[in-house]
Amino acid sequence: MTTEKDRSMALQKEMIAGHFHALSKAGESKKKVVYTFVPGNLTELLHAFDVLPLYPEINALQSGMRKRSGGFITEAEKLGHSEDVCAYVKSDIGMLKAGNIGPTGEKLPEPDLLLLSYTGCFTFLKWFELLKRQYNCPIAMLHVPYQGDGSFTPEMRDYVVSQLKTEIIPKLEEVTGTKYDEDKLRAALRLSAKAEDDLVTVLESAKTKPSPIDAYFGGVYYIGPMFTAFRGTPAAVEYYQTLKEEVFARAAKGLGPVTPDGPMGAEKYRLVVEGPPNWTSFQELWKMFYDQGAVVVASTYTKVGGLYDMGFRHDPDHPLETLADYCAGCYTNLSLPQRIDLIEKYVHEYQADGLLVNSVKSCNSFSSGQLLILREIERRTGCAAGFIETDLVDPRYFSAANVMNRIESYLQMIEQRRRGAAPAKVERHLPVLGSEGSLP
Amino acid sequence: MTPEQIAEKADALYHDLDLGRVKQFRDEHPGAKVIGYLPIYAPREVVDAAGMLPVGITGGRGQIEIIRGDAYFQSYICQIPRSTIELALSGRFQLIDGFLFPSTCDVIRNLSGMWRVLFPEKYVRYVDVPQNFDPKVGGKFFRGELGHLRDDLAKLGGRPVTDDDLRRSIVKYNENRSAVSDLFALRNAAPWRALALESYLVLFAGNVLPVEEHTTLIRDYIAAVNASDRPMRDNARVVTIGSFCEQPPLGLIKTLEMAGCYIVWDDMTLSKRWLTQEISTEGDPLTAIAEAFLTHSHSNAVLYEPRREKGDALMDIVRRTKAEGVVFAAPSFCDPALLEQPMLTEALDREQIPWTAFKYSENLGQFQVIREQAGTFADSIKLWSPA
Ligand code: SF4
Ligand code: SF4
Repeated sequence: MTTEKDRSMALQKEMIAGHFHALSKAGESKKKVVYTFVPGNLTELLHAFDVLPLYPEINALQSGMRKRSGGFITEAEKLGHSEDVCAYVKSDIGMLKAGNIGPTGEKLPEPDLLLLSYTGCFTFLKWFELLKRQYNCPIAMLHVPYQGDGSFTPEMRDYVVSQLKTEIIPKLEEVTGTKYDEDKLRAALRLSAKAEDDLVTVLESAKTKPSPIDAYFGGVYYIGPMFTAFRGTPAAVEYYQTLKEEVFARAAKGLGPVTPDGPMGAEKYRLVVEGPPNWTSFQELWKMFYDQGAVVVASTYTKVGGLYDMGFRHDPDHPLETLADYCAGCYTNLSLPQRIDLIEKYVHEYQADGLLVNSVKSCNSFSSGQLLILREIERRTGCAAGFIETDLVDPRYFSAANVMNRIESYLQMIEQRRRGAAPAKVERHLPVLGSEGSLP
Repeated sequence: MTPEQIAEKADALYHDLDLGRVKQFRDEHPGAKVIGYLPIYAPREVVDAAGMLPVGITGGRGQIEIIRGDAYFQSYICQIPRSTIELALSGRFQLIDGFLFPSTCDVIRNLSGMWRVLFPEKYVRYVDVPQNFDPKVGGKFFRGELGHLRDDLAKLGGRPVTDDDLRRSIVKYNENRSAVSDLFALRNAAPWRALALESYLVLFAGNVLPVEEHTTLIRDYIAAVNASDRPMRDNARVVTIGSFCEQPPLGLIKTLEMAGCYIVWDDMTLSKRWLTQEISTEGDPLTAIAEAFLTHSHSNAVLYEPRREKGDALMDIVRRTKAEGVVFAAPSFCDPALLEQPMLTEALDREQIPWTAFKYSENLGQFQVIREQAGTFADSIKLWSPA
């Protein structure tokens, strides 16, 4: 790996360790802790109140990466949680029952407030209702309307802003005993916008050939600070600047992404990926791509915490309105037609060979409708669209052999298209766990 | 007519996937539009006020073979969206001019977008409902949403929808709500006479009947039940919960009754009785609908409840209906119902109310396991009840 790469990685590691350490010391430092969700998070506002945000989704994915989620999920199922529901919730509940030890091995603090940013996922509502029963603390609910007809209207914005004024800010004031300071919020928003510019530059570097980044497997690291506790901080600004420089340096040398096994070999396939990653076998899955020269040039998962590449920036001049716009614009809050348009744009702008969907069992918010997305993209772009099935953190739904087979047949399909073979002849797999067939 | 005859009439409507009654409406009202709505809560008053027929869309009821629908949904997504797509692709919704997709869950939410892509010629609206219950915040937002719906329907129907139109429709639906509530009261008082399956069919008929006709049907059924003489059995009084969206097959309801359960309350036809009280006919009618939603909605898995603890509402129902146990019957892969369940069982355990749980899908055809489970449950209630 290059030293430049190490620097941004080291920075991020330091930031995350520092944050979890601060969380573990929240009792001593008397800092208040607010649990919230990644999509539609109000990090800048939380910074304005000087509270520490904690994201149960991140804990769940970390548990997945550390191979702990399977046990946590089983534990939650023993307690009566259905095998059918989102595994993030069960992993979180299982972790809680096992003592709430965070990814750095330190105990996580209990929340002083559950900030239910209800954006793009119905499960969030149930998740915090469940947590509320475990912790004796208030909930603040922010209902962000869904962009059902493909727009976020002024009435919707007003609704969100009113909730910020009448529900969220008062509850934060109550919990912290601090008055809302709009200047502090503006300052954080200003820093956010700066970091957002650099993140977009990083993501868009994938338009060059070869792409210097992997915008899915690498991308989840790139979005980490932006989508979580660090937006609106100088640390995030520094991180993204460093990252941008590293990526530019790689691009200038015509190098591809850096993988866990070192620099990637020749770029053979450029893919757009829709859907969240699998965390329990993250590196194994990534390897299935880079071993075959497949690089992901754009992904939708890296937009769950905002579509900065479509022009959105936090705007310090309209602090509450910009928070509302941010919440509404997260990927899973978009209608299916908007998602399809976005992916189509990615396929064209990033000169991709096609779309690969990773359908995860846990997440209806992503998965429901993905097969239509797949068909539409294939129809509109003429590019090959393929399909794999895994789960986010439930290891029972990761079959390496099956996933590998599908990736291989998908890449073959791309080869056939390149050679001009008739697309309809290519066999594809029906989206049924454990069985096979072909799409009509 | 006897209760059986009325139920038979309702049963015919239930089994008519080709929507013959909707066709009849169109023949009787040339030019009038038909608006389909998915579960759960849709403001039917606004549709009716526009001179249109609101039609409840409740999936395939296990009556159609899913051929195309499966190609749109992974195996781990519930049944209702795939049978709904199947019905549409097989031309069964040709008579329907527009579709409302209420804010229920991510599946129905995403289905609204799929509809836009698959059926671009149809009117589609996602009906967002507030999860903030402050009239000046959530109420104002919902009033705005209802206003957009009214404007859209006026455009679709080619005539304005006036406040008086809305008030007239509110009155009609208030009458319907009152009939539904009388039916539930009767079921509660004499579940051996107002059988759960019959009463389900009578309520289900409200998916396709114009509201006045549906009210009459319910009233006729109540009168017929009151005039009938049916033997009382030593069954257990149970509440069933979790079936608010994808509907259980009729065989399942029948199985529960045959296994010794009197279903004294259920959430199966929730879209017909979401509001627990009348909507006011005073003032701005859309504000009245919005306020009724904020203040008189049934507690439900898809609704945020800032004012009460989870489980309180279910405990109220259990007490009010003198239920001896609760049956959790949720569709497989239904996140809202299944995530809600542990919170409700916890409340029941605290109060020592017995419960049992199983999952179903609308096309379930085998009820043996459920019959045994429900039978054992009913027996254990009878065995341990203080009487
Ligand atoms: S359903 Fe999807 S978006 Fe929602 S919590 Fe689960 S993984 Fe996250
Ligand atoms: S059955 Fe449950 S998961 Fe399926 S559409 Fe209905 S509410 Fe959603």
